[in-house]
Amino acid sequence: MSSSPVKPLPRWIDVGLVPVINIVIALLVSGLIIFAIGENPWEAVKIMAYGALGFDEGIGYTLYYMTNFIFTGLAVAIAFHTGLFNIGGEGQAYIGGLGVGLCLLALDTALPIWILLPLCILASGLFGAAWAAVPAYLQAYRGSHIVITTIMFNFIASALMVYLMVNVLIKPGQMSPQSVTFAEQSHLPFMSEVFAWFGMEIAQTPLNVTVFWAIFCCIALWAFIWRTKWGFETRAVGHNEPAAVYGGVDPKRTIMIAMFISGGLAGFVGLNEIMGVHHKLLLNFQFGYGFTGIAVALMGRNHPFGIVLASLLFGILYQGGAELAFEMPKITREMVVTIQGLVILFSGALAYMSVPWVSKVYNILAADKPVPSDSISAEGEA
Amino acid sequence: MTSSTDDAGVQPGGSNSPPVAIELQGISKAFGLVQANKDVSIRVEAGTIHGIVGENGAGKSTLMSILYGFYEADAGTIQIDGKQVQIKNSNDAIAAGIGMVHQHFMLVDTFTVLENVMMGAESGALLRDSVVAARAELERLESEYGLHVDPDALASELPVGQLQRVEILKALYRGARILILDEPTGVLTPQEAEQLFRILGALKDQGVTIVLITHKLREIMDVTDNVEVMRHGQMVAHRKTSETDKGELAELMVGRKMRTDLQKQDANPGETALIVENLTVRDSYGIAKVDNVSFEVKTGEIVGIAGVSGNGQSELLEALSGITGLDEGRIVYGDREVTPSAPVNPEEVRKLSVAHVPEDRQKLGLVTDFPAWESSILGYHRDEALQKGLFLDPEIVKTQCVSLMEQFDVRPPTPDIKSANFSGGNQQKLILAREIDRNPKVLLVGQPTRGVDIGAIEFIHRQLVDLRDKGGAVLLISVELDEVMTLADRILVMFEGRIVAEVAGDKADEKTLGLMMANAFSETPSSDENVSGASA
Repeated sequence: MSSSPVKPLPRWIDVGLVPVINIVIALLVSGLIIFAIGENPWEAVKIMAYGALGFDEGIGYTLYYMTNFIFTGLAVAIAFHTGLFNIGGEGQAYIGGLGVGLCLLALDTALPIWILLPLCILASGLFGAAWAAVPAYLQAYRGSHIVITTIMFNFIASALMVYLMVNVLIKPGQMSPQSVTFAEQSHLPFMSEVFAWFGMEIAQTPLNVTVFWAIFCCIALWAFIWRTKWGFETRAVGHNEPAAVYGGVDPKRTIMIAMFISGGLAGFVGLNEIMGVHHKLLLNFQFGYGFTGIAVALMGRNHPFGIVLASLLFGILYQGGAELAFEMPKITREMVVTIQGLVILFSGALAYMSVPWVSKVYNILAADKPVPSDSISAEGEA
Repeated sequence: MTSSTDDAGVQPGGSNSPPVAIELQGISKAFGLVQANKDVSIRVEAGTIHGIVGENGAGKSTLMSILYGFYEADAGTIQIDGKQVQIKNSNDAIAAGIGMVHQHFMLVDTFTVLENVMMGAESGALLRDSVVAARAELERLESEYGLHVDPDALASELPVGQLQRVEILKALYRGARILILDEPTGVLTPQEAEQLFRILGALKDQGVTIVLITHKLREIMDVTDNVEVMRHGQMVAHRKTSETDKGELAELMVGRKMRTDLQKQDANPGETALIVENLTVRDSYGIAKVDNVSFEVKTGEIVGIAGVSGNGQSELLEALSGITGLDEGRIVYGDREVTPSAPVNPEEVRKLSVAHVPEDRQKLGLVTDFPAWESSILGYHRDEALQKGLFLDPEIVKTQCVSLMEQFDVRPPTPDIKSANFSGGNQQKLILAREIDRNPKVLLVGQPTRGVDIGAIEFIHRQLVDLRDKGGAVLLISVELDEVMTLADRILVMFEGRIVAEVAGDKADEKTLGLMMANAFSETPSSDENVSGASA
């Protein structure tokens, strides 16, 4: 029998225990590195944890990073369920931001915020979706591999943004390629302001109300994937395309739909950054979020709930890492990136490294209660 | 022999008892909560062909996987040629002289036969020495066992029967004296199967020990010396093949007396439900796979299409179900006429009340990663009755799935289990339940019982006849002649994409049908190479 000898593990181990083990391994290896350069690893962990979660400003930054990771992580996940690897979150987020920026440059004083917000959600989503739709079309109808085309579209997005910022959208009379600042009434409320409405005071951080939209997107995407006929079709195409065709599903259309949603989700990064934080168009606001989203989705096992947890973890790593570079002089910014890289390596590329021995331990523990073989076939033969 | 073995078995011992090649004792293996093998003991005499039969899911493949090192047993011992061995992986098995021929071939398509045979057993850093050695060894094996394959042919260019020989050669090249074959005839034409058995006979004469796993009782009766019966993970009987018969083995396999004849009344055909006229389907090279085919299926009858696998049946079924388009001719379902300029898709075909049980259930019929309840609505997932507003309601679907499972005896009747974890027969019953439950006007069925155990075959046949009696039009495509003859009211014979004969079901006999399936290529005497349309 050619099938894998590893029996499927219960869900709680697969999505709960294994990622935790991966992080622990990553942290252990990071600890060795920190030890090797002459710092105390335990101190470093404490500084990171405190920096990310210990006080309100740290928490604010952590959750702000989390918001972006949720969008890009969900974008990778929906594509993955359809059997597609969307590497283009970076470019889609960039163009999504362009959509928000154009919308606000045109209308920031003309319309009240409660009309601008849905318009900007639409603009960021549609711009991101449109940027994903071209590679999707090329994959579905022309057979060009989506990994290649989405990567190329990241470069095109980058070049396009530079051109627009330098030549078209730049605020006249200044050197740095940034647009004018949008009218104050069009800014999304920071969480510090939201808390202030209720009479509470917290430190001002980039965290803004977009985080609620991110959480809403998680729930909506979960319902889409597992509770609608369209989600059923995307998963059918992803797991077994011939069976989907047999079941009356058009894989080409399904690829278009899934990538459209994927690009739209990535585009929402623009909402957070442009409408929520910077209040103007600028270069490289999306930097790294799209690519980290791949690791987030891998680590979250492409499940919206897992993606929230993984996004939170990466938020902690980003914010805690920044604090660490600040507090420990021997640990540079590059060292922090190395630690993040280790987490991505162990939870992404080596995600299943620990599965064989976890499953061995599990099988030993579970073997106490065997049931007769006629209840479930153990044979994989055709 | 353990207590779980039937006492009618041949008892070892006596002064002239032959040497024992394999002796397994007390093998147990559990996967999580499932006990796949339970205290299994067998004893295979050297130089014999030893059959292991059992239903799907009985634990045969697991047992052989343990012997070949894919799994480690939880308990029990393995002795090869009287010496106790530990087999932790396939290298250990190869070192112990065990070779395995898998059901699905493990060959590199772009390699030649020679390269495939020496792959993984090359010596030294430079290939040339290995090539020379392997070529000499292949020649020796060929002359010794009569196993001829052109060593310089590419694997992708060989018919299935020859590929299997390459697999056997691979095992022998590695010095195997014990050969395990897992369902070897599943992919072969009857002629290729015959040749395989001749080869096995020659190997046996040279002293090779062969373990044959199958659920085809005819093969057991034809070629084996001894036979073991497995059921529910346990070894329930051991027989000398000459002292048993098909009936007894079948009974032992299912654990009850089985009926061999299907009771059915005469067909009562009504109006025409499906018309196929001058249908031609070409492949991407422009070759007509279905060539100018015309027939009709009426309500209340089963029309069977017999033929050697690879003669256009699959393409016909795909065209009828809307999966592929047609190049010429027309298909009419009720009022809808399908022509090359007015094509149809699978969704619309289903809306026309045409259901389709596909030939390959794992590839087409269900999504193995989905839980059973999701697979139970594949193709019907857009049905309004399953939706609540925008959402697909899992409660409604699961309730419906449980009821389907109970009606069609799908075991276990648990909708949350992954589709992949059901045995072949139960997967097939689930698909059949899904397709028959809506009382389709036309049912297209391909290989309804391929790889399905005897108990389930009987059940599935009954369901097809019941649908016919309720006024369904059934088109049955099967390579199992027995099945077509049992079920069909009219039999069409397909050869090289054409319908070459039509026989009334009650007038058909195996010999005539067999001739019809083959008569068109009487001008090419070596039939073997020509029949191998099915690719590996």
